[in-house]
Amino acid sequence: MTTTTVPTQDLEPRTTTGGTDGTRPPAGGRRDRHVSPKKVAGYAILIIFAIIYLYPFLIQIATSFKSDPESVAHPLSLIPNPFDLGAWKRMFGLTSDTPVPIMTWLGNSVLVTVIITASRVFLDSLAGYALSRLHFRGRRFMFTALLAVMSVPGVVLLVPKFLIVTYLGIFDTYTAMILPLMVDAAGIFIMKQFFDSVSVSIEEAARMDGASVFRTFWSVVLPMARPSLITLTILSFQGSWNEFSHFLVVTQRPELKTMVTGLASLTSGELGSGTQFPLKMGAALLTTIPVAVLFFAFQRHFVRGANEGAEKG
Amino acid sequence: MAKRRTNIHGREGIAGWVFTAPAIVILGVFLLVPILMALWVSMTNWTGNVDPFGGGPNAAFVGAKNYSSLFLSDGLARSDFMQSLGNTFYYVLLVVPLQTATSLLLALIVNDRFLKGKSFFRTAFYFPSVTSSIAISTVFLFLFSNTGAVNGLLKLLGIDGPEWFSDSRGLLHLFFGLFGAGENPDWAQGQIFGRSLWDWLSGPSVAMCVIIFLAVWTTTGTFMLMFLAALQDLPVEVDEAAMMDGVSPWQKLRLVTVPMLKPALFLVITLGVIGTWQVFDQIYVMGKGAPAGTTMTPAFLSYNTSFKSNGWGSGAAMAFIVFLIIVLLTRWQRRLMRDDKPPGRLRKTLRAVDLMHSNHGTGPTP
Repeated sequence: MTTTTVPTQDLEPRTTTGGTDGTRPPAGGRRDRHVSPKKVAGYAILIIFAIIYLYPFLIQIATSFKSDPESVAHPLSLIPNPFDLGAWKRMFGLTSDTPVPIMTWLGNSVLVTVIITASRVFLDSLAGYALSRLHFRGRRFMFTALLAVMSVPGVVLLVPKFLIVTYLGIFDTYTAMILPLMVDAAGIFIMKQFFDSVSVSIEEAARMDGASVFRTFWSVVLPMARPSLITLTILSFQGSWNEFSHFLVVTQRPELKTMVTGLASLTSGELGSGTQFPLKMGAALLTTIPVAVLFFAFQRHFVRGANEGAEKG
Repeated sequence: MAKRRTNIHGREGIAGWVFTAPAIVILGVFLLVPILMALWVSMTNWTGNVDPFGGGPNAAFVGAKNYSSLFLSDGLARSDFMQSLGNTFYYVLLVVPLQTATSLLLALIVNDRFLKGKSFFRTAFYFPSVTSSIAISTVFLFLFSNTGAVNGLLKLLGIDGPEWFSDSRGLLHLFFGLFGAGENPDWAQGQIFGRSLWDWLSGPSVAMCVIIFLAVWTTTGTFMLMFLAALQDLPVEVDEAAMMDGVSPWQKLRLVTVPMLKPALFLVITLGVIGTWQVFDQIYVMGKGAPAGTTMTPAFLSYNTSFKSNGWGSGAAMAFIVFLIIVLLTRWQRRLMRDDKPPGRLRKTLRAVDLMHSNHGTGPTP
């Protein structure tokens, strides 16, 4: 994977130089390559697409600092004029308007995400290890079952999830939000793939020395699996933070809303009338920030996650 | 020694079950069992206020009636469902080729060895894929609002932008209009599943086009990465040989690069088809099917029918029909591309990647 060789600190400064790259590509510098029209066209396409892909985020940030009328009057401008903190004040309950229970949403999101992520990292690697290494009756069947479970599209699961949490009497509770997501089949699959690619010799030595299976797993195998564990942590964090449909069907009370389900109710107009674009953009921004921070800090692991299948396959 | 060995394996047998037990229990209880429960509910007329498995007038077994009436009985349920299928058909037809072509194009350019700022561009294109679908949809609602950025931009170009989210006119209808086909012409009156040919031929509505654009915008990054990974596996010699032979860049792309990318293409198209048939989050935020039902999708209709109208049997049936459509389409696609059937490993990973994204609400599953 080439991405691992790309230092992440490249990301920031390039943002500003991207434009000049386009007009005068490598002319002058260390390299004496002539500017081919093909190259100029390539840069032009990339820059146009970069604007299309990034401008919405910039507008989102700018709009959250605008006043309601300003956001409608100058939707394209990136500089709020006048600079208005109204949306942010309202989100954090500093105005007399109907407050938006952002703190409740944030708290729920953090709680749910942390528990689900920790649990997935542990349970997925435990199961992935067993499926890759331990010899036990039914292992092959279990792996086939895992693949079958993975191929069920999410859309089929909305009604089933509601049925089971109601049946178990946990509808509208934190248990219903967290428990079903504590293991995910794709994570098990990723970990199994990883353990398949590591040599057994070290663990065998540990086992011969009389260490128990769990002890070998915990102190010998897991430390070796660090890169995959980081990838799994990031995928789980991103997945549970962004989760929408599961929370939508297993909860009802406003106190159980997460950032994402809360934002959805705000956007679909359940919390007051009017367009309130600055408020919505601010809430959307707050929803985006944690994953964005994670993304910029661990970019290569995200890339790894996206390619996990394509590469190992 | 032999004894010790069996001993280790004995311990392993128990450990194997203990290690996998949490996963088995959770996936079993919250995935497998509920699917069977829903399969049962899809064959009842359950109304939601009694025990779904208790029988009685509000949870009576009705056999395949919920399924057959979606296709055969005249009524609102069928016309809504058929409209949602029609909408999604156009959605898939546009999103899958557009996202595949765009991501391939971007990957081919970004893959250039002499490109500067490679990591910046890669980051920029991938970033939308990792953010929350709900947050992104909220931003798009603003961008495409009547006084939003897109119409502001169009105004700069002297164009009066449409009212994106309340415009239910179909693109194909608008196109036919250019040739003088009026409202509901005589030649298009035939009924197919209770919907006139004219309605089937509407094309995606203006409002749906926004969601199509959003889907392409959020998924190209992930697919670009898959193409990039595949491109980097291509042997350099082939490239050089092609250059030596004086092949034009376009010929090289068509005759060398794309054929060698076939496994990656297969992966991207399959993931695209699986993801596009399941659009839900975006529909929930961006109008819940409005205007005039032209952004309604089977996934959202299934939710709405079950949770909002208490038609649980019918809603569950719709979900299983979508499941079946996805299975059939991916089978069919596999057959089309059979010449170079993907190796077993790829097929497995294909499911893995799909799952990773479909269950995380972002990525290729718009």
